[in-house]
Amino acid sequence: MINNLDFSQVNWEEFGKATVETLQMLAYSSLFTLILGLPIGIILFLTSRSSSVGLRLFYSILSIVVNILRSVPFIILIIALIPVTKEIVHTSIGVRGMIPPLVIGAAPFYARLVETSLREVDRGVIEAAQAMGASTWQVVYKVILRESRPGLIAGFTVTVIALISYTAMSGLVGGGGLGFLAVNYGYYRYETAVMLVSIVIIILLVQLIQMIGDRLVIHFTRK
Amino acid sequence: MITIKNLVKTYGTGAKATAALKGINLEVAQGEIFGIIGHSGAGKSTLIRCINMLEEPTSGSVTIGETDMTRLGTSQLQRERRRIGMIFQHFNLLSSATVYDNIAFPLRLVRTPRAAVDRKVKEMLELVGLTEHAKKFPAQLSGGQKQRVGIARALATDPRVLLCDEATSALDPQTTDSILRLLLDINRKLGLTIVLITHEMHVIQSICDKVAVIHGGVILEEGPVIDVFLKPREAVTRDFIRRESDSADVLEEAIHAPHPESARTVKVTFIGDLTYQSILSQTVKETNVDFAILQGTISRIKETPYGQLIVRFEGTPEAIERTLQRLAEQKLEVEEVR
Repeated sequence: MINNLDFSQVNWEEFGKATVETLQMLAYSSLFTLILGLPIGIILFLTSRSSSVGLRLFYSILSIVVNILRSVPFIILIIALIPVTKEIVHTSIGVRGMIPPLVIGAAPFYARLVETSLREVDRGVIEAAQAMGASTWQVVYKVILRESRPGLIAGFTVTVIALISYTAMSGLVGGGGLGFLAVNYGYYRYETAVMLVSIVIIILLVQLIQMIGDRLVIHFTRK
Repeated sequence: MITIKNLVKTYGTGAKATAALKGINLEVAQGEIFGIIGHSGAGKSTLIRCINMLEEPTSGSVTIGETDMTRLGTSQLQRERRRIGMIFQHFNLLSSATVYDNIAFPLRLVRTPRAAVDRKVKEMLELVGLTEHAKKFPAQLSGGQKQRVGIARALATDPRVLLCDEATSALDPQTTDSILRLLLDINRKLGLTIVLITHEMHVIQSICDKVAVIHGGVILEEGPVIDVFLKPREAVTRDFIRRESDSADVLEEAIHAPHPESARTVKVTFIGDLTYQSILSQTVKETNVDFAILQGTISRIKETPYGQLIVRFEGTPEAIERTLQRLAEQKLEVEEVR
């Protein structure tokens, strides 16, 4: 392997394109994961402690669905979701074709992290807001989401980083991006240099996102 | 102002059901500071939470002014709650919001115009003496300052009732006193009705007009603080008072110390202006008996001075009898102690 390490064969233009693809996948999937995962997390949180039997049953069902989606290995999820993906974005390959499975794989994960963060919010503060006449929506919006902001951001950072590794996996099934380069050149064509460069770019990306996440968490932490 | 009738709160159902409140009846008058004292688990926390329906009563009614709180729909209840302030043992401030934003919180819930919010928050900051801390976050404040923010937040909506849930229990003695003074001050300035729960007799003694002793989910006794404090009927009440003076053993010893056969030990209680008069010394001069003070307290309950002395009179039986009569004639309360 090592004697194949020849950086002269690396096509930098191709790397630029692949990086952009990875970033596109990441941006869209992160956005939709947030849009889907946050409300699901809030619903999980609210229904889990509801006094109504019906809502607690709803929680159990939603909880099982979330668990199922989280327990399927991502590579299998991509393949299993191909019909669904075609329905949504009319293709199952390329950047577009990858976004539905990425979101469906990551949103339940983020929803669980949201639920856990919301549970951390001091019961007393919620009670105080209720005592002041806040509605359920006001309690969620003005108290719970506000108080759990550091936890929500930390959870989102973890989710985005998980999405990076998911996007890399998508290379196996024609998803494009850095993972695609690493698998097709680095693995199938023994161009180790390509693989190494892919790995380095992915590591840098992970570091960057973790750093931004940490900064934001510190910015919003008041304790 | 507040009428509680046959209030029952039961947790759980069937065989696992436990009754936290077993039929509470209370009447709190407008402008009064009403204290509810009890040990932990006595039901006092449940009781105060039933007043603003944070706990839904199993049966019975809670009426504030003209409104029966137990019959309100969700949005009506939210509207009523805005007229009831509440402060908490652990302050329950938004940690992510500044002092200013915490106080503005209840005002913004009802979309108060910005200028009105600003005016009210500044007025409240002034009232609790935190004007220069407006931009700080709760984590940067001391416990007493946090409770001041809690009070300012609770009063921002001009409530007609303030509920205090163990509001000073997490504070040190000096801070407790300053918070109690603030509450008393607000009660006078704004004529606000205050209901507080506590496990400290000191709190009741400092600011309350009336007190109810709760134990095992029932009210054991209630009445003006001075009456309950000086003439407790129930063992639980005596226990709370004794804990405050903390000298029951010492008294026991003093009473049983060697003394002449004819001596009599009595508890003499002075209330109000009598406390500072020389009645005791004048009387013994007149009746020609000697006395020893075995134990005594001269203190104040809210504004009322009082004294309570355990005194042993020595002399001829007739002279002692006359002394006791003379004291009673001068409106002192005299009660024999064995």
